[in-house]
Amino acid sequence: MKKVIMGNHALSFGAMLGRTQVIAAYPITPQTQVVELLSEMCADGSLKAKFIKVESEHSAMAACIGASVAGARTFTATSAQGLALMHEMIHWASGGRHPVVLGNINRAMAPGWSIWADQNDSLSERDTGWMQFYCSSNQEVLDTTLQAFKVSEALYIPSMVILDAFALSHTYEVVDVPDQDKVDEFLPPFKPYARIDPATPRAFNGLTGPENYMELRYKLQKDMERVPDLVESTGREYEKMFGRYLGAVDPYRCEDAETILVTSGTAGYTAHVAVEEMRKEGRPVGNLRIRMFRPFPFALVRDILAPAKKIAVVDRNISYGHHGMFAQEVKSAIYGRNGGAPVFGFIAGLGGRDITPVSFREMVEYTAAHDRPEEDILWIGVKR
Amino acid sequence: MPKKKEAAKIVFESEKDVPIMPMSLGSMLFNKTGSWRNIRPEIRTADCIQCGICWKFCPDMSIEVENEFPVVDYDFCKGCGICAEECPTKCIDMVEERK
Amino acid sequence: MSQEKKMKLSLPVEEYVGPGNLACQGCGANLALRYTLKALGPKTVLCIPACCWAVIDGPFPHSCLSVSIYHCAFETAASTATGVKAGLDMVGETEMNVVSWAGDGGTLDIGIQALSGAAERNDDIIYVCYDNEAYMNTGIQRSSGTPKGAWTTTTPVKFPKEQPKKDIDAIMAAHRIPYQATASIAYPEDLYRKMVKAKSIKGTRFFHIFAPCPTGWKSRPEDAVKLARMAVQNGLFPVYEIEHGEKFTLNIKLQNKKPVDDYLKLQGRFRHLKPADIQALQAEVDREWERVLKKARGC
Repeated sequence: MKKVIMGNHALSFGAMLGRTQVIAAYPITPQTQVVELLSEMCADGSLKAKFIKVESEHSAMAACIGASVAGARTFTATSAQGLALMHEMIHWASGGRHPVVLGNINRAMAPGWSIWADQNDSLSERDTGWMQFYCSSNQEVLDTTLQAFKVSEALYIPSMVILDAFALSHTYEVVDVPDQDKVDEFLPPFKPYARIDPATPRAFNGLTGPENYMELRYKLQKDMERVPDLVESTGREYEKMFGRYLGAVDPYRCEDAETILVTSGTAGYTAHVAVEEMRKEGRPVGNLRIRMFRPFPFALVRDILAPAKKIAVVDRNISYGHHGMFAQEVKSAIYGRNGGAPVFGFIAGLGGRDITPVSFREMVEYTAAHDRPEEDILWIGVKR
Repeated sequence: MPKKKEAAKIVFESEKDVPIMPMSLGSMLFNKTGSWRNIRPEIRTADCIQCGICWKFCPDMSIEVENEFPVVDYDFCKGCGICAEECPTKCIDMVEERK
Repeated sequence: MSQEKKMKLSLPVEEYVGPGNLACQGCGANLALRYTLKALGPKTVLCIPACCWAVIDGPFPHSCLSVSIYHCAFETAASTATGVKAGLDMVGETEMNVVSWAGDGGTLDIGIQALSGAAERNDDIIYVCYDNEAYMNTGIQRSSGTPKGAWTTTTPVKFPKEQPKKDIDAIMAAHRIPYQATASIAYPEDLYRKMVKAKSIKGTRFFHIFAPCPTGWKSRPEDAVKLARMAVQNGLFPVYEIEHGEKFTLNIKLQNKKPVDDYLKLQGRFRHLKPADIQALQAEVDREWERVLKKARGC
């Protein structure tokens, strides 16, 4: 059924249709609507779940992990400071192989206090062993949430469904909300690998010496390597049932492009608009929107960027003392390959500053005018 | 009851044998903490009034009841001496461990 | 000794803690869990944060317990238990005791936020703090549960702990939880009785168990139970129950309250105390005991 809903509510619907059984969440702007709607859904019975109103995000993830090992499907949502506060437990969820699904509203890290769109919060978690999906529309948020439950539970790896603060979280779009029956067909009940079972008592997470730790982590990485194929097959399955396909990446007019933009989040769709405009002017540009950032889709990125003579990565984030994080990862993916096409690393939109089609035009014109980037970081829109 | 089961230390030969979640697959009965002792309790059964206090206060579950009398499990007794200290008739002697 | 005479056991014989575990000789924490599990039985899950019991249980892939355990992050004894309880309810395992099993550091310090949160929500868990009065697992550093003047590695003799022991029981009473109790490993029947009582109460239940640590207290292993008894008998660790933060029941009344001297003498961590310090400590204990008596009278 088609509804006009905000990005945050698309997450709520995803969690509801996904028959989440336990939600533990703490409010933070701009996530609050996610949990408010879930609260109402629990109250009116449309979602049969326990909603634990925890007293901090750290406790939120701890409670989700506890519920997961008890055998329940779990969901939470947060942003920036909250995600950062959870950090220890983010590591715990993946190391413990708990398939929690978390909705993160990409918001700038303080100080100064900022509630606006920025990717540093989620990217600071890129090493933790969670899957990460960057969404560009509310429909995608809902569809990704349902697929995330399925992929996470198949491999026992938690995942983050990520959307930009305000630009997506609070923007209303038409979303086709699937029927519960069809979702139930797509997403069967959670089958834990092991759970708290009085018939088979176990101690989870005991002291692990050097003789055992490495194998556990090797196995996590090996299972991460199985994700790309599973995301693809799950995406195709979803397409058959619901008519919409989401791949790990979303390329637009890259096959015959000389300059390919690499983007994510809402900037990914703005780039799409900019590419359409510039193509009308005869510029051979394309856009590669990366949706699945973890695990990084190496093969797809290399293939799609193959025709490019120049690559322009747009980061709404920065790893201080280094470069933008999507740029780092793209460079590492094509290192020694792709004929050595130069990567122009643009940083734009930190703390919610707008990234517009004009910003993309600026980037494409700079790229056209230079064989190689003059600097490792090309700042867009900074008042200098 | 873990006591009477066999136990061996679990060593994984390959990552294929390791569960994906770090979870227990066996007990600690392979770990004979009796080797920690310097002194061992010896119960003079003739003077024992069967009050149950030594059994009650053993922190290592190493005093069992056999035929209505306390018997020390020397595989696991760590030699802490609580049983001797708490015994109301002082019928438990802590003697030098012999090797 | 006639063969017809039976051994008198004041507690059920079934054990849920196995030997071969890694506790020190004379460990009070071992006894605390042993008695607790005798009361709670096999349908129990323990959420154990960083503390001695995180290690005592034994390394992966072993465990000395025959109940389930989820070893969890330091701050999360209560929040993990809250989540476990919610999850178990949702999957239909509604008859299990969900227990947080944490040390004094993990309860009074780093875990207090999560504990307060769970208590405020009246989450249906049993939170047990076994108190050995310092961060023992990490090598005897002071916690807010360390008594004033006690030696620890971070309160050496020349830099003593000035502050008194944090009164976690008063804090929990202020949350008005349905049931809380203090207990001592020297009085296992009392602990057992109260744990059985707590088992059938819904909502947040809190236990504060005095569990001596010979290693950290620099006392003889064989004195562990004796020290736990002395602390009760000299009024230093009163044993009581409180219901809904108001109804106070003193479980172990003292006919003759003993002076603290003999208790202190048995522990190396108090060896440096001067007569003036001991006098001050005695005065403090006397004052606190009067407070307890007042509460017991219902004032």
